[in-house]
Amino acid sequence: MKRMISVIATGLALGLSFGAQAGTLEDAVKRGSVSCGVSTGLAGFSQKDENGKWSGLDVDVCRAVAAAVLGDADKVQYKPLTAKERFTALQSGEIDVLSRNTTWTHTRDTSLGLNFAGVNYYDGQGFMVSKDLGVKSALELDGAAVCIQAGTTTELNLADYFRANGITYKAITFDTSDQTRAGFESGRCDVLTSDQSQLYALRIGLKDPSAAVVLPEVISKEPLGPVVRQGDDAWFNIVRWSLMAMVEAEFLGIDSSSVDSAKADGNPSQKRLMGTEGDAGEKLGISAEWAYNIVKQVGNYSESFERNVGQGSPLKIARGLNAQWNNGGIMYSSPVR
Amino acid sequence: MSDHRQVSSSPSFFNNPRNRSIIYQALLILGLGYFFYSIVSNTLANMEARGIKSGYDFLFTTAGFDILMSLIPYDATHTYGRTFLVGLLNTILVSTIGIILATIVGFVMGVAHFSHNLLIRKVAVIYIEIFRNIPLLLQVFFWYFAVLAALPGARQSLSLGEVIFLNVRGLYFPGLVAQTGATFVYAAIAVAITSIYLLRRWAKKRQDRTGQQYPVFSTSLAIMFGLPLMALIFTGFPFTFDIPELKGFNFRGGITVIPELMALTLALTMYTGAFIAEAVRAGIQAVPHGQTEAARSLGLKERRIMQLIIVPQAMRVIVPLLNSEYQSLVKNSTLATAIGYPDLFTVFVGTTLNQTGQAIEIVFMTMAVYFVVNMTISFVMNRFNTSVALVER
Ligand SMILES: N[C@@H](CCC(=O)N[C@@H](CS)C(=O)NCC(=O)O)C(=O)O
Repeated sequence: MKRMISVIATGLALGLSFGAQAGTLEDAVKRGSVSCGVSTGLAGFSQKDENGKWSGLDVDVCRAVAAAVLGDADKVQYKPLTAKERFTALQSGEIDVLSRNTTWTHTRDTSLGLNFAGVNYYDGQGFMVSKDLGVKSALELDGAAVCIQAGTTTELNLADYFRANGITYKAITFDTSDQTRAGFESGRCDVLTSDQSQLYALRIGLKDPSAAVVLPEVISKEPLGPVVRQGDDAWFNIVRWSLMAMVEAEFLGIDSSSVDSAKADGNPSQKRLMGTEGDAGEKLGISAEWAYNIVKQVGNYSESFERNVGQGSPLKIARGLNAQWNNGGIMYSSPVR
Repeated sequence: MSDHRQVSSSPSFFNNPRNRSIIYQALLILGLGYFFYSIVSNTLANMEARGIKSGYDFLFTTAGFDILMSLIPYDATHTYGRTFLVGLLNTILVSTIGIILATIVGFVMGVAHFSHNLLIRKVAVIYIEIFRNIPLLLQVFFWYFAVLAALPGARQSLSLGEVIFLNVRGLYFPGLVAQTGATFVYAAIAVAITSIYLLRRWAKKRQDRTGQQYPVFSTSLAIMFGLPLMALIFTGFPFTFDIPELKGFNFRGGITVIPELMALTLALTMYTGAFIAEAVRAGIQAVPHGQTEAARSLGLKERRIMQLIIVPQAMRVIVPLLNSEYQSLVKNSTLATAIGYPDLFTVFVGTTLNQTGQAIEIVFMTMAVYFVVNMTISFVMNRFNTSVALVER
């Protein structure tokens, strides 16, 4: 129902508004906060603690944008969204940016009126099974019941993979990750499939995490990143470069503790990013200290990664593909100049 | 005469109330038409400007995802248009079963309310109060997760004579595979049904004429089972069983009722049944007690009084209420999406919408379906209502 209403709201917004839609930045400044769509709760990426405080790798993108445009990373309004609700929420203008483990695909980029502003986590789809099934590979899953979440790329990859390998399965589709996990735990399905990072996140939420294993196969490419509405290029630039600033800061060796010295007496690249040289902020239409605020308040990409999903977190995910390009990964920021 | 006509048509065309009302209505329609036209064209223009795809072409492209349960052949290579049909049929299935079961439960519980047995009466009251007052979504979750959790895994299935199995994956029972000669059995069933119908008509006519009763129920029962049984024996049982068997992870073969369907049906039945029970109670209470007393003084048995005097009159009150309960049930069946039963809402507004992004078209189609289904229910129930209405003389 909620979804029906939000679709109708999109319809009304599209039907009653005249002229082009721009000014997301102005709206955010006037409102005094950035409205950010996140997941309904996924450890390491976007989760809410007992005090109602959100944290996670995806949440940090929201915080970075708020730090860049409002100078305060805490000025974010979070909207928890299921996979099915997320795009309508963005299209209808309910949120300014969607940062919710969303895969950048051709269809989404070209036909939904949305733009992907970058990639904050390179992922791929995997399988989790309960240990006592004794399964070692996804190819042994013929006839299995598989729990998935509706409205995801996961649904499509799953069908492709099983069809390509000539094995049958039953897909049981849920709305939220909590329900998906409950379906897996109750034994309704043998397998839970999702992006691998989310499998690790779901696994630590199980009553007995050691009873489940993640299979070695990775069956798809899932570049996850923040999304904005098409047609507001100024806002698109801000979101893209807020993410870039975190990656670039790591590359330039600036973190939240060294940010002040880098600003005052860093090398030219560092000073350009920190706003003491050049006019990077002005070109984005925001404060010269935009990137300084991001790194100071949120941290660079490495800090965010380790704190939320890496060694400083229960997930203990290795950097892998998400390491800097000069460190064996493919995280790469365009230069700020 | 001619004078009168002069007066009413002379003043002016616009002063004639009839003409005026036609003009106002025409203007209103034009205005509304323009309003909707501009909304639609504006929406299309804005969608175009923002790069959102529109139109119905997507119905013919490959869907690429699988659906848990389908009454027609379906796999990932079929089109999005087909996903609409699959969802629609699943919605109709759960709604039909739900309506039938809820009606039975509702009538039984509604009548039980008037039982002379205290225990039965209390059971009815407690049932109604519990199931009417707990939010339906909660009941759906309860039947799904609580009951799922209580059921054993596939390898420890509960079984009935090793042919019917129940586990967390569903209820499995043998399918019948027809062999040659099965048509005789089908024909026997058809003949049985027709003759029961004719028998009832004849018995009623005879009773009207002569006042004599005929044991319709027991005779019907004999025909219903006797005829097909005879056909079965005669043709040498032209069916084989397809018995479900544990292979690998799950049972295969036979017929599977998935737990999502069971949970949703249970929830809809128990919830709507409680409301129907209330409607039945109200209907029965609306029949004046004097009627019962009059019937008793004629020497009718209590059961016959219920059957012949009370219920037919109570129907006048019950049927309009049933109409709205049935419509709610159909709408409530969209809660399927909470537990992943693949109804129209889950499949089409859920997955298809998300994979195509064509929200407006899909929501429009779906709203049209629920509108048409509920109009149909309303139409049938109104016809039924006229047939049970008191014939005023
Ligand atoms: N990356 C995929 C899948 C994203 C996704 O929704 N994954 C689930 C994993 S179970 C999730 O994060 N759910 C969290 C929620 O619904 O709040 C996509 O963009 O379609």
